[in-house]
Amino acid sequence: MTQSFPVTITVNEKVYKCEVEPRLLLSDFLRHELGLTGTHVGCEHGVCGACTILFDGESTRSCLMFAVQADGHAITTVEGLAAPLSSPHLFTDEGTEGGLHPIQQAFWEAHGLQCGYCTPGILMTVIPFLKQNPNPGEDEIRGALSGNLCRCTGYQHIVDAVILAAEKMRDLESL
Amino acid sequence: MKPAPFEYHAPASLDQALDLMHEHGDEAKLLAGGQSLVPAMNFRVMQPGRLIDLNRIEELSFIREQGAALRIGAMARERHLEFDPSVAKRTPLLAEAVPFIAHPQIRNRGTIGGSIVNADPAAELPVLMLALDARLKARNASGERWIEAQDFFAGMFTTALALDEILVEIELPFMPPRTGWSFMEVAPRAGDYALMGVAVLIALDEQNKCEQAKLVYLNAGDGPVDAKESARLLEGEMLNDKLVESAAGLASEKEINPFGNVHTSPEFQRHLANVLTKNALKQAMKRAEENLQ
Repeated sequence: MTQSFPVTITVNEKVYKCEVEPRLLLSDFLRHELGLTGTHVGCEHGVCGACTILFDGESTRSCLMFAVQADGHAITTVEGLAAPLSSPHLFTDEGTEGGLHPIQQAFWEAHGLQCGYCTPGILMTVIPFLKQNPNPGEDEIRGALSGNLCRCTGYQHIVDAVILAAEKMRDLESL
Repeated sequence: MKPAPFEYHAPASLDQALDLMHEHGDEAKLLAGGQSLVPAMNFRVMQPGRLIDLNRIEELSFIREQGAALRIGAMARERHLEFDPSVAKRTPLLAEAVPFIAHPQIRNRGTIGGSIVNADPAAELPVLMLALDARLKARNASGERWIEAQDFFAGMFTTALALDEILVEIELPFMPPRTGWSFMEVAPRAGDYALMGVAVLIALDEQNKCEQAKLVYLNAGDGPVDAKESARLLEGEMLNDKLVESAAGLASEKEINPFGNVHTSPEFQRHLANVLTKNALKQAMKRAEENLQ
C-alpha cells in the first residue's frame, strides 16, 4: 500500500477529515468511506454518468477523480438535495419528509425514472444545467443529458421531468 | 476496475512540478483533467508508478489576450474555453468546436493541455491546434521552448515532448479578418467520439479569392490530419462548387487514412469526410463573405 494522505472534504455541507490512499476513486470514497451510496457506479470509465456529483458546484464524474484530489473542495451528492426535516424546502410536497428538491419532485411527478439506477447522476447533471439555462428547449435538455445513460425509460419521461423541473425552479425564483 | 497503486504528488507551483518531472519524468504521468488518463488507469491499461497532479497549480489556468494572440494556460478547462468571450471573439473556430468535446461533465474537468498532450487522433483539440496554427510552450527544469503545432503531434498518443517536459501554455494567433470557419463532425450520439470530423478555415484576399485554406481531420489517421494538397487546390482561386467538390474528393480519397472501428468502416469514414468537407467549406465561405469588413 502506498502512502496515505490526510484530506478534508466537505460533502453536503458536512466536513469530513479522513486518510485516503491516492488510488481511491472519489466515487468509492463517497460510497465506501462515507456510506453515501446514493452516488451510483455504473461503468467506472466516464461513459454512463451514474456517478455524477457536484464538485465545487459543477457536475463532474466522481469515477474519474481521485478522492485525494478533492482535498479542500466541496462536494454535493444526491443525498444533499432533499431538505433535512429541520429545514424543509419552500417547495414541499405533502407527505414527503422534509421535502424533495423541486427537481426530484418533478422527476417523481413526471415519472422520470424507472429502476432509478441512473437517476442520481441525472439529477446532479440537471441541477447546474437549470441554473445556467432556466428555460431550456428540448434539444438543449437532450444535449445536457447526453452524458447520462438510462436503459429503462427511453429518455422521454426524463425530458418531460426536466421541463417540469425548470418550471418549478422558475416558480420558486419568482416567489 | 480500480487503478493500480501509485505514488502521488500534488505540487503547488509549476517550479515544484518541473523539479518532480526532472527527478521522476521517466516513470511519472502528469494528471491534468484526468478524463482520459483515469479511465485508462481504471481499466489498468495504464499503470503509472507515479502521478504528478497539476490541478493545484493555479498559474497554469488562464485565458488572456496578448498582442495579436490568445494565450491559454495548459490547465484551462474545456468548459472555460466554451464560455470565454475572448475565445468566442478571437478564435470562433475553437468556440464552435469545444461543445463537441464529450459531455458537459467531462468538459468541466478536461483541460486544453491534457487533451493536446494525450494526442488522441479522434480528439477535437489536436485538430484545432493544427487548424489555428497554435504554438505550444513546453518547459522543463532547465528552460522552455516553443513548438509549432505541426511539429508537435508525432503519431498515435505521441507528441514531441521530452520525458521531463510539461506543456504549459498554448498560443493561438487571432483569426484574421476576411476569414470564415467551420467545425463539423458526425458522432453516433452527442458527445461520443466522432466517426469523422473536420475543421475548416478559409481566408479571402482583397479580390475575394481564397488566400489561405485549412482542412484538418479527426479520426482520419494516426494523428490530426492536415489535408495540405486539398488546401493548395483552393488557394489563389475564386471558390466555387466545382472546386469544393474537387477538394472534398482529394481530401477524402487521398489525404486521410481512416482505420475504421467497431462503429464504422474506413469506406464510410471517407464518405463522411467527403460530405463534411463540402458542407464545412460552404459554411466557411459564407462566413468569410460575411466577415469582409
